[in-house]
Amino acid sequence: MTWQPGEALEWVRTSPLLGVLLTLGAYRVGLWLHARSGRHPVTQPVLVAVVLVSTVLLATGTAYADYARGGDLVAFALAPATVALAVPLHRQAHHLRRLLVPLLVAIPLGAVLSIGVGYGVVVALGGDETLARTMAPKAATTPVSIALSADVGGIVALTAVLTIGVGIVSAVLGPWLLTLARVRHPHARGVAMGAVSHGIGTSRSLADDPEEGAFAGLAMGLTALATAVLLPVFLHVVALIGS
Amino acid sequence: MLWLLGFWLGGELVVRTTGLPVPGAVVGMLGLFVTLQVRRPRPDAHLLRASDGLLAHLQLLFVPAGVGIVSVLGVLRSDALPLVGGLLVSWVVALVVLGWVVALLLPRDRGGPAVPAGGGDR
Repeated sequence: MTWQPGEALEWVRTSPLLGVLLTLGAYRVGLWLHARSGRHPVTQPVLVAVVLVSTVLLATGTAYADYARGGDLVAFALAPATVALAVPLHRQAHHLRRLLVPLLVAIPLGAVLSIGVGYGVVVALGGDETLARTMAPKAATTPVSIALSADVGGIVALTAVLTIGVGIVSAVLGPWLLTLARVRHPHARGVAMGAVSHGIGTSRSLADDPEEGAFAGLAMGLTALATAVLLPVFLHVVALIGS
Repeated sequence: MLWLLGFWLGGELVVRTTGLPVPGAVVGMLGLFVTLQVRRPRPDAHLLRASDGLLAHLQLLFVPAGVGIVSVLGVLRSDALPLVGGLLVSWVVALVVLGWVVALLLPRDRGGPAVPAGGGDR
């Protein structure tokens, strides 16, 4: 046996374990803070955790790629969790029939609004074409928005951040804004939350009301589909008008 | 958990063979939903408990992508106005319009909203 703490530290530094521990630890702090604040909307665990982990990375000069070795392992569970959204939907399936027409109208409309208004405002405020294309897919859930951003020539890492960003804004303020707009029905609230702010908005809806959450999950899945189909169409139309 | 991964795999296979522009997990979700509707598992089934456990911590799974903010701080700083403006305006418009449109289109079978005002806020 030899005494080689340097070797041990080097292993810790390069293994994915540190990124996983950091993520779980920061999330745990987020959960604690959320409970301690009486479930105040601003203390969404994802927001607290992102701020904590980012601060640690910046303070220690750690590159995102080094953190991502562990972070990717955590994000891996996003896909099975997306599949699991079938369960709350299954429990609310008896409501589905009356939502068929509203969904057929609302989901494509929501995708077009998220894409079009996002794109238009970025351009109006002085952003360039790349930035506008980076913004356009952000209402779709992360795996989809990232893939779409790459397809249309956006900045992929920035699209991921904007996607999480709109999710956090919505998880914090969405229910308040919907109440302000006098949208009270849990089905309408859920569809709006899921369609505009994917899994993060859905998690807030699930926490507020299982029925609202189930429809948020459904809207999230359908919006991913609608965004993937409509984004290329939208960009084509913009190009036609511009030429 | 086995079922969740299985449906994910199935969804990926469908998406990759057909070239559908959706993630495999979303197709897997639809597949699992249909299966649940047909099979009607008992409320204490492993699959249901595993799903509830995973969904309770859905926010955790988005943390790594959010931390990506440290790699794009430069762009964020130089283009803060269009980025923040585009994000917030499109969010407000889409959320409010969708809430109204769905509420308007819902068939009115039972009177009145199911939640009291502010029921969602805590």
